[in-house]
Amino acid sequence: MRTDSMSNGMIEFRKELFADERDDTLNEIGKPTRRQDILGHVTGRSPFYDDHLFHGLLHMRCARSPHHAARIRRIDTTEAELSPGVVRVLTGRDVPLNLNTLLSLLDFGIDDEPVLSTDRVRYRGEPVAAVIAESEAAAREAAAKVRVEWEVLPHVLDVEEAIRPGAPVVLEIYPGNRFVYHGRYDHQKLRFGDVEAAFRTADHIIEGRYQISPIEQAPIETCGAIAAPETNDRYVCYTSTQALFFSLATTSKLLRLPSSRLHFIGGTVGGGFGGKVDSVHEPLAVLGAMLTGRPVKFMWDREEEMQVGGPRGAERWYIKDGVMRDGRIVARKFTGYFDSGAYTRLTSYAVIKAVGHLPGPYTIPNVHADVYCVFTNRTPATAMRGFGITGVDFAIEAHMDKVAEAVGMNPIDLRILNAYRDGDMKAHRRVAKNCALIECCQVVAEKAGVQLTSASRAASSRQGGGGERGRIPAHTALDQVGRVEGFDTGSYARKPARQAGATAARPAAAAPAPAPPQPRVPRLEPSRAASAAPPIPPAPAQPAQTGGPARSGPIRFSSISGFRRR
Amino acid sequence: MSLVVETYPTAAEAARALASGEALYLAGGTLVMRAVNAGEAPRRIVRTTDRSLREIALAGETVRIGAGVTIAEVVASRELAFLHVPAQQVGGPQLRAMGTVGGNLFAPHPYGDLAVALLALGARVTMAGQGGTRPLSDLLRDRARAGLVAQIDCPRPRDRRAFGFLKVSRVHPRGASVIAIAAYLPREGGRIRGARVAYGGMGPAPLQAAAVERALEGQALDHATIARAVEVATQGIDPPTCPIASAWYRREVAGVHLRRLLQSMERS
Amino acid sequence: MVMKPVALTLNGSFRAAFTAPGQNLLDLLRRGLGDLTPKYGCGQGGCGACTVLVDGEPHLACLVLAEAVDGRNVETVAGMSGATPHPLQEAFMAHFAAQCGYCTPGFLMAAKALLARNPRPTREDVVEAISGNLCRCTGYEPIIEAILSVAHGSARA
Repeated sequence: MRTDSMSNGMIEFRKELFADERDDTLNEIGKPTRRQDILGHVTGRSPFYDDHLFHGLLHMRCARSPHHAARIRRIDTTEAELSPGVVRVLTGRDVPLNLNTLLSLLDFGIDDEPVLSTDRVRYRGEPVAAVIAESEAAAREAAAKVRVEWEVLPHVLDVEEAIRPGAPVVLEIYPGNRFVYHGRYDHQKLRFGDVEAAFRTADHIIEGRYQISPIEQAPIETCGAIAAPETNDRYVCYTSTQALFFSLATTSKLLRLPSSRLHFIGGTVGGGFGGKVDSVHEPLAVLGAMLTGRPVKFMWDREEEMQVGGPRGAERWYIKDGVMRDGRIVARKFTGYFDSGAYTRLTSYAVIKAVGHLPGPYTIPNVHADVYCVFTNRTPATAMRGFGITGVDFAIEAHMDKVAEAVGMNPIDLRILNAYRDGDMKAHRRVAKNCALIECCQVVAEKAGVQLTSASRAASSRQGGGGERGRIPAHTALDQVGRVEGFDTGSYARKPARQAGATAARPAAAAPAPAPPQPRVPRLEPSRAASAAPPIPPAPAQPAQTGGPARSGPIRFSSISGFRRR
Repeated sequence: MSLVVETYPTAAEAARALASGEALYLAGGTLVMRAVNAGEAPRRIVRTTDRSLREIALAGETVRIGAGVTIAEVVASRELAFLHVPAQQVGGPQLRAMGTVGGNLFAPHPYGDLAVALLALGARVTMAGQGGTRPLSDLLRDRARAGLVAQIDCPRPRDRRAFGFLKVSRVHPRGASVIAIAAYLPREGGRIRGARVAYGGMGPAPLQAAAVERALEGQALDHATIARAVEVATQGIDPPTCPIASAWYRREVAGVHLRRLLQSMERS
Repeated sequence: MVMKPVALTLNGSFRAAFTAPGQNLLDLLRRGLGDLTPKYGCGQGGCGACTVLVDGEPHLACLVLAEAVDGRNVETVAGMSGATPHPLQEAFMAHFAAQCGYCTPGFLMAAKALLARNPRPTREDVVEAISGNLCRCTGYEPIIEAILSVAHGSARA
C-alpha cells in the first residue's frame, strides 16, 4: 500500500481507541490525493498576486525609521519628489483614516497604529512616507532621499523592563506599556480555586522560567499587493494576503471607501504561516492607485519581509507548581508576558487565546494566571502558526518534565496522572469532553519503548473524571491587582450605526487634509467624561441595542472580548 | 536609475575603466548583482567579454586559472582536482555555475572558501594589463585597491594528501561558513616543509594562521605536533562577530576544527 | 538612461526586449517578456525561487544581468510542458511535492538540470542538486522522492 508522501512511513490507524464513538468511514485519510491547485504550481501558472501584468505599473517603496523610538520633527519629501521617475510621495496626511488596528473589524482593540507615521515612530522600520515611481529601482533611490528630522527617544526592548516604573513609554494610550483588558485590568486574569492555599499544602514547589524569541514566518513569497483602477469606478487589488476579507475591510475603513468599490482578488498565497494577515500593503497600494490613476505595486523586499514584517512575538513565562509527593499537581500559577512590539495588532488577542489554553490539558484544582500584553519598541508582533498557544505550550510541557524530574516520575506517567478526563471541570469553567491525552501518551510510550506503570497503562480518558473533579471550586480567590480606572476600551459596539465614511469620501489630490484621528487616551475622571462624548461605560457589559434593526459596523465576536456571560 | 554598464572586449580595457573612477567589476554577478538589486552599487558597473579569462591552462606544476572561470568549471576540471573539495562546497549548483574564481577572491566575509584554499596553496595573481604576478596574500590584505585580477596561478600539490580543507557550516549541504580552514603541509623526509595554513571567517578577509604555521614547520605531523599547533590556533587572530557566529564562538571552536583537519591529514 | 537590446532564445522561441541598465534577468523575464514562472523570493541569491536554465546550467535569474544573456538559451518552467506535463511535473503532483507552490518552479528547473546531466542520480546527488533552493512548506522529502521517482523510473502512484 502506498504511503502518504507527507509522512515517512505507514500511517497507522488505532481504531480500537474510542471504537464505540467512531464513525470510521474514512474516505480521504490514509489515501493518496492530489492537491486541486498543484497543476498550477508545477506549471508555474498558479496566479500569485505578482503574476499579473499591468501596463504602466508603478512601484511603491517606503521610507522607514532607522530608530527604535523617535519623535518626528519634520518630514521633507521635496528631494524625493524630484528624484528621477517619481510620480508621487505619500505621507500620513494623504491617508484618509491614518490610524487602525486589525481586529477593530472584530470589535476588539483600539486603533493605535498609523499607516504612515507623522509624529512618532516606535520601531525600527516603521514607515513614514511612501514613494511611488516608475520602477522599483527609482522608488528605492527616491525613498533614500526622504529627509526626516528625528528626535531620538529612549527605547525599551524587553517585556519586563517595559513594565517597570519609569520605563520609556511606547504608546501613550497604554498605561505602563500594558494593554488594558475589558477596560478593567492591565492584564488578562484567570482565577480558579486558591493557589496560595494549595501551595501551603503541597509537598513540592517547582518553579520555572521559559521564553521564546520572536520567530519570523519567512515565506518564500514576500508580502505585497498590486492595486489598479478598474473601469467601473472600482479598484481591483491582487494581494498575497491570507485574510482577504480582513484586507478588504481594512482598506475600506482606512480609505473611507465603501467596500462595493473594492474588488479584491487573493487566494494564492506563496507561504503565509500567519505573516500575511496584517493587511498593510493593500490600503497603501489602493491609495496609490487612487492618487495616481495608475496600477501601483507595493511589495516588501526580502530584508523588509524579515525585519519589518511582524513575527510571532516573543513570550516569557513564569510557572510555579504545587505538587504532591505522588505527582499530582494541585496548584499552578502562571505569569506570562507577551511582547506585542510597538503596536497591538494581534497580540492582545493572542493573550486571550493563551489564557484559554491554561493550565494545559491537565486537571489542576487551583489555577492562577496573570498574562500581560506588553508594548516594547520591537517590530510589532503578529500571527504565526498557532500564535498565542505555541509559546505557552512549550513552557507548560517543559515545566511538566521539570516536575517529573523533581518528583522522580517518568514524564509520561506524570502526564497521564494529571491529564484531563471526560467530565472534569477546566479552569475556565467548562467541562472537559472528548479528552484523549491519556491514549496519546500510552501510544507514544509504546512506540518509544518507554515503560509505564500499570496504573498508567490501565488509565482511560473516559474513566475517573467528573464527580468531585467536575465541580467548580467552592472558593476562588479573587483580587483587584492591576486594576485600571476609567480606561475606555473604545468598544466598536458603541459607535453610532452611521459611520463617518459611509458617504463615499474620495481623497482628491487637492482636498484639505482630514484631521488625524486621536487615539483614545485613558480618562482619569470617569464622572466628568460625559460632557465631551457620548458616555461610554469603562467595562463593556450589555449590548446597546435592544431588538432594533440589525447591527451595522463590525461583526461582533463576543468571545474574544469576553462580553458574553458564562 | 542612473546606473551605467560598461562592457569591454579585453580585460586590460576593463581594468583601465575600473581605475578611472568609482566602479564595480561584474563577473558572475553573485555578489555585485546583490548590491545592484539593493540599490547599493556605485553608478558604474564594468564587465568584459574577454574569453581569455575563462581558460584553464597547465604550465608545469602550476595551473593558470582565468579569473572568469566559474566554480562549476573548477569542479569539472581534472587539472583542478586538488581544488574539488573546497569548490564543491561553495554555495549550491546555481551559485557555482555563476560564481567565478576571481570573484571568490573578493567575496566579503563570510564568503570566499575557494580563496582560503588558494591562499593555503600559495597562489599568485596576475593583474589585468600588467606583467608579473604577486602573492594572493598581498592582494587579500588590500582588496579595495587591488584592481582587476586576470589569472590565478596555483601550484599543484605534488602529493594530494598534503592539502586538506575543512568547511564548518551549520547548514548542509550548503551554507555560509562559520569557519573554513585550509592546510598545505608538504613533507620532506617525514617533516613538514613550507607549512601554510589559512582561515576563512576569522578576519575581514581570508588570512594565514602564522602561529599555527610556525608550530608545524619542520615537525612531523603527529599527535604532539598537532597539540602544539592547536594551542596557538587563534594566536594573533581577531575573529569577527557576525550574524552567523560571534567572535567568542569562533575563538572557542577554531582549535577544535583545526585539530580535526590535522588529524584527518595525519591519518591519510 | 540607455536601454540595450537583448535577443535570446526563451524556451525554444526567439525573443527580444530592451533592458534597462542594471536590470536583472528575473525582471526581464517577468515584466519584459511576460514569463511569470520564475519567482522573486529574495533578490540575494539565497532562496533559488528564480532558478532558470541558461545554456542548460542552473542560474539565479535575480543575479544575472539581463543584457548578459544576449545570444543565449534560457529555459523556464513555462517551456516544460506541452499538451501533457513533463515527467518531473507529473512526479511532483503525484508525490505532493508542492504546497504553496511558490518555490516549485525553481525546484523543477534545478531537477531538470540534474537529470539532463545525470539521469540516474543517487539520493545524495538529488539533495546536492536542490541545495540551492529553499522550501518553507514541504520539508523537502516529497520533492526528493518525486525527483528520484523520475530518475529511477519507479511508478509511485
